[in-house]
Amino acid sequence: MTMSHVGPATKGAAPAPAPRRHIAPRTVDTLVQVSVIVALAAFWEFGARFGALNPFLLPPLSTVLVRLWTDLLSGVVLVDLGLTLYRALSGFLIAALIGIPLGIVMSRSKAVRWFFDPLISVGFPMPKIAFLPIFILWFDIYDTSKIIMVAFSCFFPIVAATYAGTTALDKWPIWSARSFGAREHEILWEVHLPMALPQILTGLQVALPVGMITTVVTEMLMGGRGIGGAMITAGRFADSVGVFAGIVEVIILGFVVVKSLEYLRARLLIWHPETRR
Amino acid sequence: MAATAPAPMPSAGSPRLYHLAGTLLRYAPVAVLFIVWDLLGRTGLISRQMLPDLADIFSAFTTMLLSGDLLYNSARSISRAATGLGLAVVIGIGAGLLMASFRPVRLIVNPIVQLFYPMPKSALIPVVMIWLGLGDSSKILLIFLGCLLPVVVGTYNGAKGVNPFLLWSAASLGASRAQVMREVVLPAAMPDILNGCRTALAFSFILMVSSEFVIATDGVGYMISSLGDGGLYPAMFAAIFFVAAIGFAADRLYAALVRRLLRWREA
Repeated sequence: MTMSHVGPATKGAAPAPAPRRHIAPRTVDTLVQVSVIVALAAFWEFGARFGALNPFLLPPLSTVLVRLWTDLLSGVVLVDLGLTLYRALSGFLIAALIGIPLGIVMSRSKAVRWFFDPLISVGFPMPKIAFLPIFILWFDIYDTSKIIMVAFSCFFPIVAATYAGTTALDKWPIWSARSFGAREHEILWEVHLPMALPQILTGLQVALPVGMITTVVTEMLMGGRGIGGAMITAGRFADSVGVFAGIVEVIILGFVVVKSLEYLRARLLIWHPETRR
Repeated sequence: MAATAPAPMPSAGSPRLYHLAGTLLRYAPVAVLFIVWDLLGRTGLISRQMLPDLADIFSAFTTMLLSGDLLYNSARSISRAATGLGLAVVIGIGAGLLMASFRPVRLIVNPIVQLFYPMPKSALIPVVMIWLGLGDSSKILLIFLGCLLPVVVGTYNGAKGVNPFLLWSAASLGASRAQVMREVVLPAAMPDILNGCRTALAFSFILMVSSEFVIATDGVGYMISSLGDGGLYPAMFAAIFFVAAIGFAADRLYAALVRRLLRWREA
């Protein structure tokens, strides 16, 4: 066994002190990047502790983490995270369940396209969050209006990407599928959708962060727990430790959610050239 | 339906009129939506409280427009959004180019970008509130932070994806580093940069409105929420449609700008 590919697993076990001059550049990169994060955290901690930064404006990291830990033990964090995740994901899924089929139907039916194309091209660039008071008026301030608001803001990127993806398709695979005797619905499932999948997923990847932003804002405005609600309450009481505990939670949540969707993309597009890099 | 002129008749009038009729016909579904709105209100299926009369909305709109409220608040909001977005574009393009050209910069900035990119930026509203209070600067900082990362990532990806043959041939023709950057990298990365800026533009509007909903004493978001709190629903709808129209217009203007800037690209 030669040490040809230095992976992340080969660091232990203290091998023979053979050629050590060459560490894989990837390992160096990872090390540097991890140390940047560590340095940032240390700067935050000690800067706040030794008075370089005002501890009200930026409370020491350890204080924030202790708060996070006690809240975690009392279950508050999990309830807030769960509520935010539930609202963001339900809105996102509703938008996907309406947006993807609508985008496909738009690319196949002229009448549907005639009706929805202008509505979507008008709605797409609008700041959807401005419509929030209307949803509050219509659906009250509880979960329904939050989820509808999130779905509304996720809907446009998803439908636009699906429509674009299913419209500009390469003709050849469709013709060859047809010449092999595939039926229309088979062509839809076996040719159209797989070919449009990268674009549809891109639409979902654009929509998800927008949905998260919207969820947090709706929680800040309407209350009802959730990370946004907890953070704005902390902010109003000038509880900066609480605010920064919320920021840490939100960073973790955003990271996990966005990376999960990236992982899903890599899984779903495992056959696609873009994954093979 | 309104008189939309016999559109499909060839040579029925000047091409400009023909074009106008086409545009009207294209946006007819929007009109259909408003007709349905009107019918729902007229038949009493949905109460006027929920779905105000379009005529009331329009008259509230003209009142607000003439009193100057709407324009003042829009100007306040847009000035904040433009400042935050402008700073984000300038600094973001600079940071993206530096990241693409120098490995140490990339190694230092990349983890920070990776960590903060997926974070929903509206969560920073309470933070900027604590840092800078309720004035303009807190909202500008929020918009700046929210718009920065899309620009950085777009610029970095664009500059990183430049065909190395272009760089080599420029260098072999004796171009200096700065010249290569200005004459080759920047134009080649322009489509990606402009894409990032478009995302940032959308984010700037979202963050502008939502920060004004939460913390503000003026601006369109504040105007909308205070009208809603006061139960002045026709005026609230009018203000919302106005904000939506500004967002739409900004995006269209930006698209026109992009077409101009990328004229040199394939026909």
